[in-house]
Amino acid sequence: MLRLVNVRKVFNAGTVNEKVALDGVSLTVNDGDFATIIGSNGAGKSTLFNCIGGSFYVDEGSVFLDDRNITYVPDYKRAVQIGRLFQDPMKGTAPHMTIEENLALAYLRVAKKKSVFSRISQAERNMFRERLALLDMGLEDRMKQPVGLLSGGQRQALTLLMATLIPPKILLLDEHTAALDPATADKVIELTKRVVQENHLACLMITHNMHSALEMGNRTLMMDSGRIVLDISGEERAGLTVDGLLEKFSAGAGRELDNDRILFSKIE
Amino acid sequence: MGSLLSLPVIISALELGFIYALVALALFLSYSILNIADLSTDGCFTLGCAVGAQVVIMGHPVLALFAAMLAGVCSGYIMALLQTKLGVESILAGIIVNTGLYTVNLAVMGFSSNLSIFKSDTIYSLFKDVLGNTSYKLVVSIVIVLIACAVMAWFLGTRLGLSIRATGDNSDMVKASSINPGFTITVGLCISGSLTALSGCLIGQYQKSCDINLGTGMVTIALASLIIGETLVGKSSVFRRIVGVIVGSCLYRFAIAVALRLHIPAECLKLVSAVIVAVAIASPYLKSQVAFQRRKMAAVSGGKGGDGAC
Ligand SMILES: Nc1ncnc2c1ncn2[C@@H]1O[C@H](COP(=O)(O)OP(=O)(O)OP(=O)(O)O)[C@@H](O)[C@H]1O
Ligand SMILES: [Mg+2]
Repeated sequence: MLRLVNVRKVFNAGTVNEKVALDGVSLTVNDGDFATIIGSNGAGKSTLFNCIGGSFYVDEGSVFLDDRNITYVPDYKRAVQIGRLFQDPMKGTAPHMTIEENLALAYLRVAKKKSVFSRISQAERNMFRERLALLDMGLEDRMKQPVGLLSGGQRQALTLLMATLIPPKILLLDEHTAALDPATADKVIELTKRVVQENHLACLMITHNMHSALEMGNRTLMMDSGRIVLDISGEERAGLTVDGLLEKFSAGAGRELDNDRILFSKIE
Repeated sequence: MGSLLSLPVIISALELGFIYALVALALFLSYSILNIADLSTDGCFTLGCAVGAQVVIMGHPVLALFAAMLAGVCSGYIMALLQTKLGVESILAGIIVNTGLYTVNLAVMGFSSNLSIFKSDTIYSLFKDVLGNTSYKLVVSIVIVLIACAVMAWFLGTRLGLSIRATGDNSDMVKASSINPGFTITVGLCISGSLTALSGCLIGQYQKSCDINLGTGMVTIALASLIIGETLVGKSSVFRRIVGVIVGSCLYRFAIAVALRLHIPAECLKLVSAVIVAVAIASPYLKSQVAFQRRKMAAVSGGKGGDGAC
């Protein structure tokens, strides 16, 4: 269970560029919750993830994971329990290392008890191969190739596999399909659904696709100006259409949703 | 060729090539893998030589190697500390450590700028009787360097080695694997420092002396060797890259040997090395430019009658 209490984050405090990116956000994500997040440009969605993942520390408030206060735990330590994917497919993998080596690194999250001087074992290699085969992209036959040779979609699928190789407590997806072409994006979305379901992960997914926002998961959050303005689930969410969602947003935020990527994806 | 390079010249070029290959191997780790330009290399090299020379004078030529490596680890550790804990940029950290090392080195040498170990046994003289007069230095150097290279190749395949490689490639991803990049950088720089110092120690025992300015320009030379190797042998696998380091270092020494045979005065040698370094570093780019020009020419002459005329 993830719990944020009154989290506040201000950039460039005390200068003309001061920007309140998160303005007292409180949020509880229960085990097995899969919440989609939408919001205007600059609403603070990525900042929210950065505060959860520990890319920077919050200015006020606290972050709890399973009732453990992780507010001041550094990002690399949180990574044991928090998996992340970014919009940029390049961000999650080491391009000059092979697929196998990348997976071995991801596997270090649990293999901590093993000696740092041990090498990739045959058993691990077989396990990696099996898991890669599930992606259905033929990557299991390319394990000795550098990741830099893969397409963006393949890299993102691999990153998803790496982030969930050891199921984390919570998975954070920041528009992880936005840089992919529609067909590849669909594939990665399907994969996401399956991985989250199979591992019963708690998951937060930022998206600009209103349809995925409603169709995926069991809960939808809308953010505006550093606040969560709407948090719907269950009955209320079940019958909702995209237009209905937009209406609810303007009611909650007091203005229209302005997100260039959402607008573009609506035209499609 | 035969008149240009006699056997003794070839052997001594190989000897130096192998010994200096350790510095190139150190830069392979810090520069190619971790993406850190380690300018403390010059001072660290002299440090290894000075510490080694003192231990040799005490009568322990083998222990000298380990003492020098330990000194190199300390130098690398301070370099890493400045970067990871005090937020000093890597270039500056290197310059700072290098400057500080000058005094440290003088102190190790007993505040004299020159130290002779002519009367003491060295790691080389220990094996002189067993290995014969012509090749004992070469054999000893090759054995030590090959051990270092083998350990490096093995190490880079271990979990720790993989995390160090990933640190230079994508440090965000290292964090996502719950590893502190500060830690991997520290380990990497310590290893790299120990290799540089080991090289310095071997050179000291090879020349039977230590000079405070021994390390000057070492970082450029090692970088050139590294790049010559990468260009000629390729960088597709860790093994290839390590072989490239040795090949590059030996070729650099051959180039210098040829320059000496052509009676280029010793005072001009630094300029010659600078030119070799510049050519080595520029050659991958020049190669791609030549290939591009070729393609362009082919395209223009192939598309005759189009707008190729203008
Ligand atoms: N490192 C930073 N330094 C300064 N300002 C920042 C930083 N990161 C984010 N901001 C600012 O904080 C606000 C929230 O940014 P954030 O990236 O969280 O928005 P977002 O909701 O993810 O938007 P988008 O939909 O465009 O990705 C923005 O105004 C942004 O300019
Ligand atoms: Mg964002």
